[in-house]
Amino acid sequence: MTDLVIDSGEMNAAPTREAWRMFVRNKAAVGGLIILIGVILMTYLGPLFYDQDPTRIVARPIQGPGTEDAPLLGTDYLGRDVLAGVINGGSTTLRVAAVAALLIAFIGMTIGALAGFYGGWVDNLLMRFTEIFQVLPALLFSMVVVALFDPTPTTISIAIGIVLWPQLARLTRAEFLRLKNLEFVKAERAIGATDRHIMFKVILPNAFPPLIVAFTLVMGSAILFEAYLAFLGLGDPNELSWGLMIGLNRPTFLTSWWTITFPGLAIFLTVLSLSLIGDGIQDAYNPKLRGR
Amino acid sequence: MRAIATRVAWSLGLLLAVIVLNFTLIQLAPGDAAVVLAGESGAGDPEVLEQIREEYGLNDPFINQLGSYVGKVATGDLGESFFFNQPVTELISARIWPTVLLVGTALIFAIIVGIGVGVYTARRPESGSSHALTVLALVGFSMPVFFTGLQLVILFSSVLGWTPVQGMRDVRFEGNWLQSQLDVAVHLILPAFSLALLYLAQYSRLSRASMLEVLQSDFVRTARAKGLSEQVVVYKHALRNAVIPVVTVAGLQFGSLLSGALVVETVFNWPGLGRLAFDAVLRRDAPVLLGVLFMSAVLVLIVNLLTDVVYRLIDPRIRVGGSSA
Repeated sequence: MTDLVIDSGEMNAAPTREAWRMFVRNKAAVGGLIILIGVILMTYLGPLFYDQDPTRIVARPIQGPGTEDAPLLGTDYLGRDVLAGVINGGSTTLRVAAVAALLIAFIGMTIGALAGFYGGWVDNLLMRFTEIFQVLPALLFSMVVVALFDPTPTTISIAIGIVLWPQLARLTRAEFLRLKNLEFVKAERAIGATDRHIMFKVILPNAFPPLIVAFTLVMGSAILFEAYLAFLGLGDPNELSWGLMIGLNRPTFLTSWWTITFPGLAIFLTVLSLSLIGDGIQDAYNPKLRGR
Repeated sequence: MRAIATRVAWSLGLLLAVIVLNFTLIQLAPGDAAVVLAGESGAGDPEVLEQIREEYGLNDPFINQLGSYVGKVATGDLGESFFFNQPVTELISARIWPTVLLVGTALIFAIIVGIGVGVYTARRPESGSSHALTVLALVGFSMPVFFTGLQLVILFSSVLGWTPVQGMRDVRFEGNWLQSQLDVAVHLILPAFSLALLYLAQYSRLSRASMLEVLQSDFVRTARAKGLSEQVVVYKHALRNAVIPVVTVAGLQFGSLLSGALVVETVFNWPGLGRLAFDAVLRRDAPVLLGVLFMSAVLVLIVNLLTDVVYRLIDPRIRVGGSSA
């Protein structure tokens, strides 16, 4: 039993190294990785270097970037520092999105794995259940959840998590359907491995490449959803985030483009970096798809 | 035909499940509907609250409330708004057309332009435009739709002054029927375009990928070999196949298109279902919320059915085979 697990681990190591080599040769993917690391560094180390309170009024309101006596990226309608907001707003966005993405991975992969592995009525039931969530407009449903319960970061993560999982569930199911009748799975079955062992230790690791790609995209969608909810005024009003900044500054944006542009760029770059990384992983594991 | 009948029956079952899910969610929420109702009329003493509970059946067991709600929906009654004191169906029917107009325009624009660009770049796989398309697809997906919308407003309304900032009609508008349609069309440009941008590049990437594949397939080689002109080969034989994945994805993504519309309607103050839902959320107007969620699900199901029909028109194999996978 143990021997087999170690064996399959060793077999996985070589393709992983090979994939990493392909990944670092992909300029766009490396660019994405650099942007993402940059965003994370800015969010978590930025406050140490640029020690400004984003909620404090520091200068006259609506000063453009480069104005004398104003902060580097200007001030918003109350005179708060936009740069400080961009630096400090990331942590809420990233945390909420990360928790949501983990929840999505958990729900999506569990449902997809069970449906694909057992087939029959289990598959039927679970896929019909999935369809209910595909029929509901995701953002509207999360909005309702956040509005009905408290808009805390946890509620927001849950609200995002429970609507974005169907795609991952379908993909996991498809991978399980593809893999479950292959030789190595049959071999495990023949030596009497439990269903759980086969599902999570044998099939799931082999389904990882496409799932990781999907996960980076889901993470991007979760960031966008957090931003949408905050923009619509359903974020946590006490937790500054990029989406919240844009939402708060919307009434005055025609006279102060910088107040929405910089947080918007921050969201855009973060989601873009995740998509680039996802594409890179996809190409690395499946060189045939290159350039598509 | 039978396949479609089964689909319709299944869709109805799905709708029932959606209603139950939404209703349960709203019942689970903390807070008392009677207080919300009483708040609107400005009274709050216990006797009035009790009277309201009695009147709206809020004291009944959950299953009875759910049953009576489902029964009412089945007869086309979505209840009455707490806030407007108006039937929900009236509110929705006033707001659904602007949303359909917005989403429909964006979708058709994204599909047609997307396929056009996809086919164009597929015929020149290694050109600069092909690479630019890949970049654009990523940018389109990564850009928050409110951000795109606001930037477009800054450029086209504020700097250039070409399009209105928001709304669906000019407040001071006067003119005949045709002019009023034009007025709506001018207001529609930016919202529809920002929504379409989300999907345009993605559709063109999809159609490009399938076009590349089809152009290398045997039947295209045969068509070329028998001396058909390149135009006929590309537009008559290959295009059909490039359209199928786009239609599939567009149909599947319709729910997410509605989500995008919700944000776009807020950005541009477009008087659609999204705005109605948004206001209902803020006012905790449960009947309107339930109604909008229900109607959105109906829209998504209708589009899914239409996608099925379009498939059958494009791809004869599905028509002959009966049911599709």
